Parts: sequence; structure tokens; C-alpha cells
Amino acid sequence: MSADPHAEAHGHHEIEMPHATMRDYVIGFVLSVILTAIPFWLVMTMPLSAGTTGAIIMGFAVAQIVVHMIFFLHMTPKAEGGWSLTSLVFTVIVVVIMLAGSLWVMHHLNTNMMPMPHEATSQVEGQAP
Amino acid sequence: MSANSLTADEPVSFYQLDEQAHPEGHSTMLGFWIYLMSDCLIFAILFACYAVLGGSYAAGPAPKDLFDLKLIALNTAMLLFSSITYGFAVLQMQQGKVKGVQLWLAVTGLFGLAFLGIELYEFHHLIEIGATPQRSAFLSAFFTLVGTHGLHVTFGIIWLATLMVQLSKHGLIAANKRRVMCLSMFWHFLDVVWIGVFTFVYLMGVLR
Repeated sequence: MSADPHAEAHGHHEIEMPHATMRDYVIGFVLSVILTAIPFWLVMTMPLSAGTTGAIIMGFAVAQIVVHMIFFLHMTPKAEGGWSLTSLVFTVIVVVIMLAGSLWVMHHLNTNMMPMPHEATSQVEGQAP
Repeated sequence: MSANSLTADEPVSFYQLDEQAHPEGHSTMLGFWIYLMSDCLIFAILFACYAVLGGSYAAGPAPKDLFDLKLIALNTAMLLFSSITYGFAVLQMQQGKVKGVQLWLAVTGLFGLAFLGIELYEFHHLIEIGATPQRSAFLSAFFTLVGTHGLHVTFGIIWLATLMVQLSKHGLIAANKRRVMCLSMFWHFLDVVWIGVFTFVYLMGVLR
């Protein structure tokens, strides 16, 4: 990992680029179509409950993102001497902290907030008679 | 730091003046990847905003009333097709065929334009029925998130057109190959972001 990923490229002029194959693109495309079609079908026809459908389509989205990373973006642990994967893992950690943290904090703010003026008056009105 | 710089008369050099080997573009791919990761953070912030504000309708329309899933499915298909046609362009490049690269880039651009057209039609329809960004926090967050993705696609198409001109002028030189690979990463990255958009905004929105 700490080795210079470009040490070999110094000798000759060509820059190291990921080698793509037709097989990769076709596998990636077919998997993506399946992983897209099933969530749309589940939501449009609703054979399951809303909660189950939500969990399944989130799972499918994560799976499809991984498929795109591997087959379209040619992500491997060895790409760029490991630095691509390292920066990806770092980004994912930051994103998870930011998303989970925002939702958590804002949810608590919402539940612990003082009643808004119009809510307070409607409560008073409700108790009045 | 050679020995002769230690004599009292000459000024001592603390700088490394020797040229090091830096082949042109040797770190472009990694650098571009890190740019994409920072772009990922922008989208993460917009997703977080949407997640927090997505339920605040201000007594206005909810996702269920607004989103047409058939249109979104068509849009998703356009972007997915453009992803594989870009893949074909990369394969043609590996075989050294300029014409093939340009053909598939053109097809990719057309799918990209179709995607943008459908998205603009959707936005126009929403604004026409009064679901403007000013209507509620949900709609502000929605237009910001989906609009930012649309802007990225727009700039991707501009880049694509520029690249086609560069290819026709200079052919498949090393710099152009590098550019094709960078735009490939950008284009596939936009498709990855779209997976998040159609799942989290549209599908989850209709479920809610």
C-alpha cells in the first residue's frame, strides 16, 4: 500500500489504466437491470408491506452501487496501489457519520422541541370546553 | 547538498533543485477519483438535507401526489443505457478505433440528453401544478438534490462534446485516452448517485 503505485510506470510512457472487458460491462449491465427492475416492480405493484418493501429496495440499492463500483468503475483493492479503495472507505465512513448523525440529531430536536405557538393554542382550545 | 556547497564563499542551497521524473498525467486518475469522492460528500450533504426535510410538506403535496414512477423508470433506463454505451466507447478505445469511440460517445450523449429532457419535463410539470421549490421544505430539498444531479449530467454532456472535438482533432493520443477514462469515471459515478436518488427519493417517497 505504501509503495509508489506508479513506480513501474516511470520507465515507459504509457500510463497505467484499468483494463476493461466486454464481459465486465455485460455482467454489470445485466445485474444493474435486475437490481433496478425488482425495486420498481415491488413499489409499483406493492405485493409486500411498506416496511418490508422499503428494507428490500434499500438493500437492492446498496447491492447495485457495489455492482457499479466493481464492473463499471473497475474498482479493485489493488487499483492505484490501494489508494482508490482507501479514499473510498474514508468517504463512506464520513458519509455514514454525516447521514446517521444528521438524522439522529434532527430527530431528537424534533421530539424534544417546545410546542409551536399554533400547536399550543390548539391544545388550549381543545381543553377549554 | 553536494560537498562543494560547504565552502564559505558560495551560498548554501537548501532547495532540492534536481528534476524528478513526473510522467505527464501519472497521477491524474487517482486525483480525479479523489475529486469524485469530494463530490460524493456534496451529494451526501444534500441527501442528509432531504432525509431531514423530506417529511415537511407544509400542508402541500407529498411525494405520493407528485411522482410518476413510470417516468422515473424510463429516466433510470436512459442513464443505465448511457452507462453501458460509455463502456463500449472505452472498449473501442482499447482497440485503438477513434471512429468507434466517437460513435459510442455520441450515443452516450444522446441517452444523456434524453435523461435531461425527461427530468426537465418532470420539473416543468411540477412547477406548472404549483409544486415549486418555494412550496415546502420537502420540495426545496427535492429540487436541490435532483437539480444538482441534473447539473452534473449537463456538465458531463458538455465535457463529452468537448472530448469528441478533441478526439477528432488529435486522435487517440495519451492525453485523450486519459480524458476518456476520467469522463468514464465521472459518468459512471453519476449513475451511482442516481441509484441513491431513485431509491431514496422516488421509491421511498412513494412508499411513505
